[in-house]
Amino acid sequence: MVAPDKQVKQLDRVIIRFAGDSGDGMQLTGDRFTQETAAFGNDLVTLPNFPAEIRAPQGTLPGVSSFQVHFADHDILTAGDAPDVLVAMNPAALRANLGDLAKGATVIVDTHDFTARNLTKAGYSENPLEDDSLAEYAVHTVDLTGMTIEAVKEFGLSRKDASRAKNMFALGLLSWMYGRPTETTDAFLARRFAKVPDIRDANIAAFKAGWNFGETTEAFVVRYEVKPARLAPGTYRNITGNLALAYGLVAGGVQSGLPLFLGTYPITPASDILHELSKHKSFGVTTFQAEDEIAGVGAAIGASFAGQLGVTTTSGPGVALKSEAIGLAVMTELPLVVVDVQRGGPSTGLPTKTEQADLMQAMFGRNGEAPLPIVAPRSPGDCFDAAVEAVRIAITYRTPVMLLSDGYLANGSEPWRIPAIDELPTIDPDFATTTNHGEGDDAEFWPYVRDEATLARPWAIPGTPGLEHRIGGLEKGDGHGNISYDPANHDFMVRTRQAKVDRVADSLPPLEVDDPSGEAKVLVLGWGSTYGPIGAGVRRVRKAGYSVAQAHLRHLNPFPRDLGDVLRRYDRVLVPEMNLGQLSLLLRARYLVDVVGYNEVRGLPLKAAVLADVIGGLVAEAEGIDVDITPKETIDD
Amino acid sequence: MTELGIPAFRSGTEAVPTSDLPLTGKDFTSDQEVRWCPGCGDYAVLKAVQSFLPDLGLRRENIVFVSGIGCSSRFPYYLDTYGMHSIHGRAPTIATGIATAREDLSVWVVTGDGDALSIGGNHLIHALRRNVNMTILLFNNRIYGLTKGQYSPTSETGKVTKSTPMGSVDHPFNPVSLALGAEATFVARTIDSDRKHLTSVLAAAAAHRGTSLVEIYQNCPIFNDGAFDAIKSPDTKADAIIPLVHGEPVVFGVEGSKALVRDDQTGGVKVVATADVAASDIVVHDAHNPDPTMAFAISRLTDSGYLNTSPIGIFRQVERATYDDAARDQVVTAQGGPRNDDTADRADRLAALIGGGDTWTIL
Repeated sequence: MVAPDKQVKQLDRVIIRFAGDSGDGMQLTGDRFTQETAAFGNDLVTLPNFPAEIRAPQGTLPGVSSFQVHFADHDILTAGDAPDVLVAMNPAALRANLGDLAKGATVIVDTHDFTARNLTKAGYSENPLEDDSLAEYAVHTVDLTGMTIEAVKEFGLSRKDASRAKNMFALGLLSWMYGRPTETTDAFLARRFAKVPDIRDANIAAFKAGWNFGETTEAFVVRYEVKPARLAPGTYRNITGNLALAYGLVAGGVQSGLPLFLGTYPITPASDILHELSKHKSFGVTTFQAEDEIAGVGAAIGASFAGQLGVTTTSGPGVALKSEAIGLAVMTELPLVVVDVQRGGPSTGLPTKTEQADLMQAMFGRNGEAPLPIVAPRSPGDCFDAAVEAVRIAITYRTPVMLLSDGYLANGSEPWRIPAIDELPTIDPDFATTTNHGEGDDAEFWPYVRDEATLARPWAIPGTPGLEHRIGGLEKGDGHGNISYDPANHDFMVRTRQAKVDRVADSLPPLEVDDPSGEAKVLVLGWGSTYGPIGAGVRRVRKAGYSVAQAHLRHLNPFPRDLGDVLRRYDRVLVPEMNLGQLSLLLRARYLVDVVGYNEVRGLPLKAAVLADVIGGLVAEAEGIDVDITPKETIDD
Repeated sequence: MTELGIPAFRSGTEAVPTSDLPLTGKDFTSDQEVRWCPGCGDYAVLKAVQSFLPDLGLRRENIVFVSGIGCSSRFPYYLDTYGMHSIHGRAPTIATGIATAREDLSVWVVTGDGDALSIGGNHLIHALRRNVNMTILLFNNRIYGLTKGQYSPTSETGKVTKSTPMGSVDHPFNPVSLALGAEATFVARTIDSDRKHLTSVLAAAAAHRGTSLVEIYQNCPIFNDGAFDAIKSPDTKADAIIPLVHGEPVVFGVEGSKALVRDDQTGGVKVVATADVAASDIVVHDAHNPDPTMAFAISRLTDSGYLNTSPIGIFRQVERATYDDAARDQVVTAQGGPRNDDTADRADRLAALIGGGDTWTIL
């Protein structure tokens, strides 16, 4: 048979979702497709979604793991609302994901697992491939597993091992469909399975067979082309939030000249930061896997006292356990970076799903008046800069800093423009070396004398002669730092600790407000990982011909000095959050501005289309006009 | 120290700079007023530590005391060294960070029976198993003092306190047994009022590389007065104290009338009349035995009720790699040297790190 001529269709963006059983290697498949796409030069955003169980019961809905990748020939902001293509490796994967698809979406199904037993496990009474329930979609039924087993026959693997390469067959097929370069995957497979030549060769063979199947079969007559994106000049790599955050911490160590000490306890979705940092001992990084969350932060505080950069990484439940120790760092005024990769809560909640419901915990989750600065990254790549900023504040102001990432940022990825080292701030630990009170023979070291500008206290580390001093959790007397139960002193110290955190705002740039027309009456204000969906929603509204302004907070405490003025400039302020309105509450309390919340806690990123509707509604209200934001041209979020 | 038979292991303070000038106890006394109750055993320990520290010959600025919460945890405020009075039970974690970060510091933890064995029990056992180079002084008064008299995890069952008017129904910990169970490398017990013995144990503990646990029986005159009378009273102490000296037969009682022998029934040890056994059957204390079984057996002779008998001395002192040395070694190996201060090189390596992986360039 002669290979049919293949038509090539131009697209500006595609959203693909790979879905299968948690043992099917869908995360790896998605990751490889992403790397190929990055190498090709598209802009991209990814959304991994997997169960908390390592291997949930096979073939069931709870066991479905998926990886969504959105790529485009222009800059994009989200992983996309509705996939254009679903690759479903079994009935459960089909059933769990079908509802998210756009009408007319392409569905590629591995028919091999559509047995009566698996259909029942997934809750199907009839085989959906045999009735008309998928009529709205372009369905391709392919025996991916069967063809994979056939393709790797020569390597003499067991049927089970052979069938495990089916994800590479699927990857090959999709790589062909979208014209992805295959070199990175070939090299990756050769590296990954270097020690097991049979498995390596089988995976490479399955990958090639998938590609060739696309090329030769009549089932697929169209290939698609998504041209490289015109991103800002620079060198890029694809990066996840956890990796960028770990690099940012290493950079903070380099830029401050301090050895970094990570005291931590494994917790989803933060553990990858520990794994990554443990590889970078050559930068003077020590990683201490403690007996529990409290010991992790305790050791980090000890290292900071000893003159290193103390860091602890965790998620919400861990922050709860560390709260008392963070209060100690507030009281002793030692540098400390606390990374909270937020996940669904309360309690154990949704360990592998995203949420931003720890803002109040970060702000107020300690006994007493215990203020600390809070920094939040807005995209996976931005986790790098946010981590450097957290280190800068912690060291400059001698304070614990909360860095609020989340599960979506942690595992999601995007192209990241690699910064030049000289773009990074230099951070001066400015250790105390001399006495600071009294003269001559009476000269003493007082640990709570403050810098006039920053209100930071001196950081005198053990080994410095003449500066021996004691600090601790009891209230300190102003200046000398001895225990003090004096009412006026306590009132003064409580206010001073707050004032010190407020002073951080002096070092912050004004809030960037994106208001191209200058005529917007509605401002959308967000923080953290909602940046992408909010930006995409705003674009849709603007494309429909309406004005809307957008601003995004990197600093949640203290707020930028001009935030109140910015809020008052607009008739309506919308604050979308993946919580029940925590930033809204702070803004209302601080500025007496009647902000409007849009809140979802579904464990998933907000959707651009939903936000566009909400923004459109507010624009209609504010401007007294009818608003129709139905897309008139290509959506580019 | 020689009388305790301590071998020449790598010293606990080997990397700590020594002082050029001779120091005295006064140099280690801070200007803070000591605020324990009159008659508190803590005074005696403080005095002993202040006069012992100069013997170490270390620079004052390279000594760090860390404490948790409780009466004894006020200790660091009274010593003119670096110090941190931290939070309840967590001192071993903070000390772990300090000791791992800085080889050149002599790190001490001051804690009590509530702090170390109740709220901080987890940290204590993990510090011991890791063998971080630090000395833990566990002041055991068998009561909660600072919260005014509740029973502690070392109080005897049946103890009537403010929180147990009908008597405690909790079974107590034996701190030495617990530490040995956690495979501690240095475990000792001493008494607040026996300055000579206390000082000798402190010296051995400081010289030990790894986590040294020193349980100090300490009298609380307010809430648990007399808890250690049996081992302190001149009339009874000969029978109450089972002295442990490395290399010596374990014999005690008036005129050495009692001795320890192996108990074939239990696999442990038992007290017998010295006159009834052959000298060769008497247990010779071996603190350096890599196997902790005998040390554990001896620790079981401690009364769990009112203290009428207790072994005192160094139960166990063995060499094992320390966590902090090993962790630092990995960093040094990865860095290719003790400390890489070449900032230009670090910047280049950082650029290589973040610029690694699959990259592409847009012009």
